[in-house]
Amino acid sequence: MGLPQIRGAQAREVWRRLGAVTDPELDEPITDMGFVERLEVRNGEVDITFRLPTYWCSPNFAFLMADGIRKAALAPPWASKARVILMDHCYAERVNAAVNEEQSFDAVFAEMSDGADLSEVRETFREKAFLRRQEAVIRGLTAMGWAPAQITALTLAGFDALNLGNQPEASVQKPRYREILVGDGLALLPDDPAFVTWAGDPLTAGGLADHLMRLRAIRINMEFNGAMCRGLAAARYKEVDLSGGEPELIDFILGRVPPRDHLATDHGASPDSRS
Amino acid sequence: MYKTKDGKEIFVLDCHTHFWNGSPENQRNVHGKQFIDCFYAYHTGLSPKEELWEKERFEKQTVEQVYRDLFIDGPDDMAIIQSTYLKDFYKEGFSSIERSNQLAEVNPGRFIVNGSFDPRDGEKALEYIHYMKETFDIKGVKMYTAEWNGDSKGWKLTDPSAYKCFELCEKLGIRNIHVHKGPTIRPLSKDAFAVGDVDDAATDFLGLNWIIEHCGLPRLDDFCWIATQESNVYAGLAVALPFIHSRPRYFGEIISELLFWLGPEKILFGSDYAIWTPQWLVEKLWNYQIPDDIAQERGVQLTDEIKEKILGLNAARLYDIDVAAKRAELAQSPIRIAAE
Repeated sequence: MGLPQIRGAQAREVWRRLGAVTDPELDEPITDMGFVERLEVRNGEVDITFRLPTYWCSPNFAFLMADGIRKAALAPPWASKARVILMDHCYAERVNAAVNEEQSFDAVFAEMSDGADLSEVRETFREKAFLRRQEAVIRGLTAMGWAPAQITALTLAGFDALNLGNQPEASVQKPRYREILVGDGLALLPDDPAFVTWAGDPLTAGGLADHLMRLRAIRINMEFNGAMCRGLAAARYKEVDLSGGEPELIDFILGRVPPRDHLATDHGASPDSRS
Repeated sequence: MYKTKDGKEIFVLDCHTHFWNGSPENQRNVHGKQFIDCFYAYHTGLSPKEELWEKERFEKQTVEQVYRDLFIDGPDDMAIIQSTYLKDFYKEGFSSIERSNQLAEVNPGRFIVNGSFDPRDGEKALEYIHYMKETFDIKGVKMYTAEWNGDSKGWKLTDPSAYKCFELCEKLGIRNIHVHKGPTIRPLSKDAFAVGDVDDAATDFLGLNWIIEHCGLPRLDDFCWIATQESNVYAGLAVALPFIHSRPRYFGEIISELLFWLGPEKILFGSDYAIWTPQWLVEKLWNYQIPDDIAQERGVQLTDEIKEKILGLNAARLYDIDVAAKRAELAQSPIRIAAE
């Protein structure tokens, strides 16, 4: 595994779009997780190979990611065809057949899910992503000394004017939170409250502490997966080296060697590809 | 036992250990290879660097190594050895009860051997439970709901065939049901790590103790909610505990949730040997403090008294072990291993 060689403007464009495809369980871009192994564009045809941290990663997430990758690859107006290959996974054959339209994606999925469709799973993970991003922003505000009543009174316009400069996690998550907040119609007008539940109800100052406890529980689960996935991915592609030695590319990719920016600048991914 | 800096002797009952054979000779197919590879990835992903093993040592251990890792170099007084069959992946099974028992026979009194069964085997599963009780007098079983069995890629604790098995367990006095929640393959529309079936099974079998390994992670919130409703649901710390090294603050959040929701009496230490060894885990747990802000927000503490419960006293209660008598017994019979 390694970061794919990205050659040419078209490949860079696809790479940037792949930054918006997240692992549904982690809400982290697949490009940051090091899942994408190969990306090539030739005559408008996009070829992408990806690999997950283990052979046992849940197949529904593999389906969702494969589907997201295909859509990202076909998004540029010049893209005429996409081929997406999942490697080394217990359901690789089914996922690959479905995503490359040798069989109907929906039909394969429906067969394996007692008739339910993908949107149900997608909705579940969209909610978790929304709440996790929300927690990061609210915790940033709390760290800056905001009182609960100030936080719950914040409007969309006020949110957009926020400067979270000295809260790194909150400022990364701010545009990502807004993307779901506005994208899913939870806030539309400048005066709409910026912090709402997934059902669309505004948060109250008195209920904020309880709400944050629930959000923390969601984050604990997602961080567990994230930490496991990073560890598993690293171990899968680099067996233990007991001799010590210089860090290799994999160490840089997985953030084991600071600074992590290294990765972004070298390969054309930019922080804004997250949003 | 673990000896603290001020000389206090702590009884350690390691609730989750294995004696497996994941070596290439025993692998039936690519799934067998990928299964042990995944375990190895857990090992390398979360162990301190100085505790890392090479692949070959990890795939299969000798009897001597196990005793050394757990009781001589490690602080365990006793260990529960869990059996896991995975017959679709391994020729002789991954760790059968016969294999577990071979290890236990070398030094009697050190191991509690737990069995396992697959409810999808129907009548055969019931016969097998009788066999394990009669031959090994088991007090507990390990359930692996994500195990593949022919076309089936997993089962639920609430399946009617499973209920028949649990009824029999209760009748025979096999009271401790350890449950590992692995990812569910099918149906794809389901949350892959759902723990909801624990709730129903625990309500319907109040006479059994339900020990949920890995405390239901990555569904800690659902698990805590269930465990709060049910008096007979316990949290096993295997897999959660190694984060104490790589991400101590994160471990603080997990243990705070468990202490807040379940309380100190229902959390059990497990090393998950041979994925990790107990020596560094116990050492780190004993010297660990929850970061102040997290402890205050949740209003919990992790005192020495609570650590002692987690490390052995809670599990001793579930397995009817008189700790004082056990200590005296073990003091009279030091570990003997063949290859000194």
